[in-house]
Amino acid sequence: MKVALFATCLVDTMTPTVAHATAALLQRLGQEVVVPPTQACCGQMHVNTGYRREAVSIVANHVRAFAGAEVIVAPSGSCVASIHHQQAAVARRAGDEALAQAAEELADRTYELSQFLVDVLGVTDVGAYYPHRVTYHPTCHSLRLLRVGDAPLQLLRAVRGLELVELPGAEQCCGFGGTFAVKNADTSTAMLTDKMANVLSTHAEVCTAGDASCLMHIGGGLSRLRAGTRTVHLAEILASTEEAVTPDQRTEPAVTA
Amino acid sequence: MTAVDLGMPGLPTAPRGVGHLRGTQSFPDAARGALRNGQLRANLGHATSTIRGKRAAVVGELPDWEQLRAAGKALKTATMARLDDHLEELERQVTARGGVVHWARDANEANEIVTRLVLATGTSEVVKVKSMATQEIGLNEALEGAGLDVFETDLAELIVQLGEDSPSHILVPAIHKNRAEIREIFARTIPGVDPGLTDDPRQLAMAARAHLRERFLRARVAVSGANFGVAETGTLTVVESEGNGRMCLTLPETLITVMGIEKVVPTWRDLEVFLQLLPRSSTGERMNPYTSTWAGVTPGDGPQEFHLVLLDNGRTAVLADEVGREALHCIRCSACLNVCPVYERAGGHSYGSVYPGPIGAVLSPMLTGVEDNASLPYASSLCGACYDVCPVAIDIPSILVHLRGEHVEAQERPTAEAVAFRGLAKAMSHPRLWHLAQRGARLGRLFSRGRPTLPNALPPPVSGWTRSRDLPTPPAKTFVQQWTEEHRS
Amino acid sequence: MSAREEVLGRIRQALGGEDRTPAPEVVRDYRLTDGRPAGDAELLALLVDRVEDYRATVLCCSPAEVAATVRAALDRGLGTGWAAGDVVVAPGLAAEWRPAGCDVDDERPAVQLAERAASVTAVAVAIAETGTLVLDGSPACGRRALSLLPDCLVCVVTADQVVGSVPEGLARLDPLRPLTMVSGPSATSDIELQRVEGVHGPRTLVVVLVGG
Repeated sequence: MKVALFATCLVDTMTPTVAHATAALLQRLGQEVVVPPTQACCGQMHVNTGYRREAVSIVANHVRAFAGAEVIVAPSGSCVASIHHQQAAVARRAGDEALAQAAEELADRTYELSQFLVDVLGVTDVGAYYPHRVTYHPTCHSLRLLRVGDAPLQLLRAVRGLELVELPGAEQCCGFGGTFAVKNADTSTAMLTDKMANVLSTHAEVCTAGDASCLMHIGGGLSRLRAGTRTVHLAEILASTEEAVTPDQRTEPAVTA
Repeated sequence: MTAVDLGMPGLPTAPRGVGHLRGTQSFPDAARGALRNGQLRANLGHATSTIRGKRAAVVGELPDWEQLRAAGKALKTATMARLDDHLEELERQVTARGGVVHWARDANEANEIVTRLVLATGTSEVVKVKSMATQEIGLNEALEGAGLDVFETDLAELIVQLGEDSPSHILVPAIHKNRAEIREIFARTIPGVDPGLTDDPRQLAMAARAHLRERFLRARVAVSGANFGVAETGTLTVVESEGNGRMCLTLPETLITVMGIEKVVPTWRDLEVFLQLLPRSSTGERMNPYTSTWAGVTPGDGPQEFHLVLLDNGRTAVLADEVGREALHCIRCSACLNVCPVYERAGGHSYGSVYPGPIGAVLSPMLTGVEDNASLPYASSLCGACYDVCPVAIDIPSILVHLRGEHVEAQERPTAEAVAFRGLAKAMSHPRLWHLAQRGARLGRLFSRGRPTLPNALPPPVSGWTRSRDLPTPPAKTFVQQWTEEHRS
Repeated sequence: MSAREEVLGRIRQALGGEDRTPAPEVVRDYRLTDGRPAGDAELLALLVDRVEDYRATVLCCSPAEVAATVRAALDRGLGTGWAAGDVVVAPGLAAEWRPAGCDVDDERPAVQLAERAASVTAVAVAIAETGTLVLDGSPACGRRALSLLPDCLVCVVTADQVVGSVPEGLARLDPLRPLTMVSGPSATSDIELQRVEGVHGPRTLVVVLVGG
């Protein structure tokens, strides 16, 4: 299959290793990967902060960038959820029915990484090797908007060498919430503190998830505390193999101090 | 343009200067203080985790929960679509059975009606059943202003009233107090209380029973709210636990019920859905201890004078918002509060309204107009837990996002944030500008001077992040840039 | 304009005047019946389980043993030393169910019922799944104050009154009567969301299940 990779604005700009790992993983599984060079953002941050009118042209750019793609995969539950639940609505509200329909058609072909692997490709063992103690945080939008269910856990359980430990209070939000993290920084930090306490209680080396944004939040907090546990995106774990660690895969903390 | 934009301005919102829908601080400011209150955090954490577990257990027992939930949503949607007809029918039926129906445009009018009705009986005391509508309109203050003594009879409301506090939860208004604090309030404020009173919840409940017993027996007027009003039969419903509701609904000569207009349901049969959804969602019980229903006046049984006050107070303004009107479906179970990670930490008082938590964050701004509660739609991480547990499937996150849009679009002068977001939107819409902007972000590397993270002290708004979390140093090349360079053909 | 006309007018404006969105159809695909007929032995067992879960007491008996079981229920609620004058019964309660010498509720002021230690009533319907008894203000159930003010409430339920689900229970009721749905003794969860039985309503509930 020819897979168009949507890196997402955050991964592209701040944590490109996640996108490199996604591409390497998909290629290893026999997929042809293309990266449309005019991609930017899905528009979620604008919509969720109240700038739904401004988001329309961002959605239009996204639809243009991926026009004609057979299937689109993104290493982010949150952005894929926005593509599924917000893009068409924003366009329709602005009276752009053609854009709304194009966005809907594109959404039908857009998948979050773990859903694509398990539901579309039908793979749970991706041949990965990752000899670490890992705990998994099911991010809110993957859990409640996309309903990815246990797809990420199925993938993690099949990784050789990986010891998966259950995260207490897993389904509670980490407190990121986009601009919530800044507009309500105190409440966000209180939520983060409880999430970190749960992560640290597992004595895992690595906390993983399917959203780079939540991981930047949790990882940023752990890093500030000089905790030993680091955050690593699910794609980076699944891209790791015994033969060769992917060129860009980080085994050091995602955010170090 | 759509009706969403045209509907709102025409209809009046809840008036200022009366009632409890507006706080004195923004949510972030109020929460900042609450978050430092370790006792509050411990009390809320304990109480909400207890109730979450109970709710999950009894909801899991019903194989048809999702069907009930869908029926509840459909019933509410259908009711709102013909709200005028159902209210007129309710009025006809209540009147036919000996009740008197009053209509109140807003809090002031409702308070005037109730005060006039109470004064007409010649009594100086009023007993009250816990009711969100009367809290919303500040009825106690209005009655007290007319020289009347008002007694809240629900245990939690009594704790709040005696402690000169304000409610912080829809169902359990004193959820922010633990047993030791409640014991202290009772020991200090209840005349003649046993000096050996301990903090055992049973003993505390018995102290409340003894304190209120005489008041119930001598009360001549009671004020209640209503959980449901059945249009086809004129049947009013109060769902409760302690029996204080039954005391108020049964013993006085006069009963005055204040009901929001959205509480009407078309038929008796509709209660077969809501009486399954509500108790399991609220207290986590298969059924609450007492549900009372009455239609008008029954000779020889209960109050012989019954008044129903139908309250608007901004509800029609909510109804005019095609996205937000779903918030009127709320049956006040408070399940969304109990699962909300923001509520659990910041507490109910941070919302500044009698309606706290996720439902309050949408309902309060719509009742008052968004600009009077502008920080509330942002008081959520949009995690979606509220939508999942809502027994009538109100899509609270989508309404929050919608109200954020309403707030942004209500600004007449561009804010610094708006300028930044508009600039960013422009960049994200044009690949060449976007790549320039990304290059700009890369300038952050200069601040890090080779370290993997940026400095802790950065100017606002980035400081909101870096005060408590590290921010990684941006990479030298973006993914798309590097990929494009490597795959140039 | 009256408040009535104004509020109704606002509603009509809010709903978009003439071209308002039509009301959606309500699909009732939830369980309308439990599947088991009223009085089914499994339903009686379920009712007992659910009522006891609220920390109420259930005493089962045959139709011939009702009076003796009501006395046993009062022993349970009041201790064995109670006098007939402590107990007041609903005026329509079957004569053969009444303990000898008990007072029958009459038209005395309702607050005087607070002086009594216990009351005995029938019910209109019982819902097994939720452990709910419904009193409907009929002579057999008595006026509402009767089941409220005495501290111990004894309810006599016959097997044919026991249905499985909430929809079946409500279908048997007359919404024009003053109804009281009772699920266990009065209770509160207002202190730390911990349930405590016994507040303003009866602190003791004893159910006599006839034919159970």
